[in-house]
Amino acid sequence: MNVIDSGNVAAATAVKLAKADVIAAYPITPQTPLTEKLSQMIDEGEMDAEYVAVESEHSALAVCIGAASAGVRAFTATSANGLLYMSEQVHWAAGARLPLVMCVVNRGVGAPWTVWNDHQDSISQRDAGWIQIYVKDHQEIMDTTIKAFRLAEEVSIPVMVCYDGYYLSHTYMPYDVPEQEKVDQFLPPYHYKHTLTPEAPENLNSVTMPDTRKDIRGDAAPCYMDIRYNLHDEMIQSIEKFEAIDSAFQEIFERGGNPVVTPYRMDDAEHVVVAMGTLANQFKVVIDRIREESGIKVGVLAINLYRPFPIDYIIKALEGRKGVVVYEKALSYGNQGALFGDVKSALYPCEKRPVIQNHIIGLGGREIKTDTLYETLIASCRKADENSGITDTPNWVGLQTVEPTAAER
Amino acid sequence: MSTTEAIKKTTVVKLDEEEYTHPGNRACTGCTLNTLYRVGLKALGRDCIFAVPPSCLTVVQGLYPISSSQMPILNVTFASTAAAATGVRAAMKRLGKDTQVVAWAGDGGTADIGLQALSAAIERVEDFIYICYDNEAYMNTGVQRSSTTPRGVLTNNTQHGKVEQKKDVPSIVAAHNPAYVATCSASYPLDFHDKLLKAKQIKGFKYIHIHTPCPPGWGVEDRMAIAVGKAAVDSGLYDLYEIAHGKMRLTGPSEKLLRKKKMPPVTEYFEYQGRFKALEPEYIDALQNEVDQRWAGYREKFL
Repeated sequence: MNVIDSGNVAAATAVKLAKADVIAAYPITPQTPLTEKLSQMIDEGEMDAEYVAVESEHSALAVCIGAASAGVRAFTATSANGLLYMSEQVHWAAGARLPLVMCVVNRGVGAPWTVWNDHQDSISQRDAGWIQIYVKDHQEIMDTTIKAFRLAEEVSIPVMVCYDGYYLSHTYMPYDVPEQEKVDQFLPPYHYKHTLTPEAPENLNSVTMPDTRKDIRGDAAPCYMDIRYNLHDEMIQSIEKFEAIDSAFQEIFERGGNPVVTPYRMDDAEHVVVAMGTLANQFKVVIDRIREESGIKVGVLAINLYRPFPIDYIIKALEGRKGVVVYEKALSYGNQGALFGDVKSALYPCEKRPVIQNHIIGLGGREIKTDTLYETLIASCRKADENSGITDTPNWVGLQTVEPTAAER
Repeated sequence: MSTTEAIKKTTVVKLDEEEYTHPGNRACTGCTLNTLYRVGLKALGRDCIFAVPPSCLTVVQGLYPISSSQMPILNVTFASTAAAATGVRAAMKRLGKDTQVVAWAGDGGTADIGLQALSAAIERVEDFIYICYDNEAYMNTGVQRSSTTPRGVLTNNTQHGKVEQKKDVPSIVAAHNPAYVATCSASYPLDFHDKLLKAKQIKGFKYIHIHTPCPPGWGVEDRMAIAVGKAAVDSGLYDLYEIAHGKMRLTGPSEKLLRKKKMPPVTEYFEYQGRFKALEPEYIDALQNEVDQRWAGYREKFL
């Protein structure tokens, strides 16, 4: 069924279709309308689930951890400081290998306070052990959230579905709402291998020692480092799983494809923009215009799956290009953009490494003008062509009251 | 089990012979939490799921992959016990199971870092039992003050004695008006056992706070751990009571104290323990005075 509604409502509808059993949430802008919608649907009998109005995000994820450990599907959503407040639980859920799904409606992190969009919140949690997917439009919010439950439950790793605050959360766009029967066909009932039950008691997440210890049968049991290796290893394997899940989704819903990275006009591109979320979509317009007006052969590579980082996809897409320009809405302060660092590191082993540049843009909702993208991208392509003036430090685009220092020009 | 059966006092002879913990665990010698856990599980039975934050209990329950407990246990982060238990309870509701959910935390995990989640769970009228074993300091990290450490106590970060008073957590909980609040002493484990039997039959939020002597943390000889807890109750310093339907009544050994003409002085309690060495005699006198007045009030109210 085609509807026109907000990104938050698309996410809420996906959670309803996925038949989440327990939802725990705490209000924070711009996530609030998503969880409000879920509580309304439950109150009005449209959705059969438990809604727990907790007193904090730390508790929101704790409720989900308890529920998922005890055998039911759980969901929460948050933004910015809410995500950081639950950070301890974010790490805990991954270490406990709980198949949770959480929507992160991306917002800048205080101080100073900002309610507007950037990616610093979820990027700051990239090393927590969650799968992170960045989506670009309302249909992707809907479809990816449904796929996220299947992925989380197949690999026993929690999944963050990240979408841009306001750009997607509060704007209205048409999208298709899948039929319940088809979602049921796609998403099997919840299953967790170590469900808490008196019939088969387990002591979950107990204290581990640095070295292996024997169990009651005398067999060596994995210890902390082995358990953490398994998380890393199975996270990398989840790239293939995500591809397979997307194929299964395509068969039932007749849409999807390119779940890991999405290329746009990449076939003949000499230069490639790398970006995540709505920014990648905005670049489609920009490069259409650049190709038309200046003849520069430029394409866009949207990174959808950010963790696990799809190194092979990056190499395949970018090796041999003249230039790669990474635009991003977050950074590792005192170093460079997180995505830039990751892309650069992925390309290091390549023989034909492109020239790679980094732009930081749109922090705290600073307006991202299409003209600005157009101008900075053309300048970056020219620098790459001439291979001059390339710096390894990020270029801050759109500063208004401060001038970048010489090293960053 | 009918209500009248539950109210009958359990004796050692009648205690469930089945054990729910394995013999041999990592508790310190003389640990009274160990007694509480063993006896408490006999009251709770097998149909339970536990949420446990970092505390001595985490250690007692065993290091991976060995568990000294036969119960399903969810170890959770320090601040999140009541919220995690809420999640388990929500799952039981969804699955249509009556399995009793039990949160079991220490005083730091309850009175300090866990207080926010605890308060919220009571306010939401969550249906589970929350047990706080109060050994009156952060014992698992090596004896640092908590908000339930009494005034005057020497800990590793109150080296001249704690200046502030003990936080009264059962009263804070009671102010939320939950279904059931009780105080217990590890030295009277059967009283704890029977209060658990009662709590199991009540729907809504049940809170049990237990005075839990800790020999290494309190500077008490292992063999005196039970005696010191008894001295606290018998001198009227630590009251055992329950609050159901908003009505408070003294219970078990404390109820018996009401009819005693003379209670032993509180000094007996302090003398057992190294941690009170810095306590000024004037404060002990003031405390004795406070206990006498409180009990005079109780006698007026309950006799």
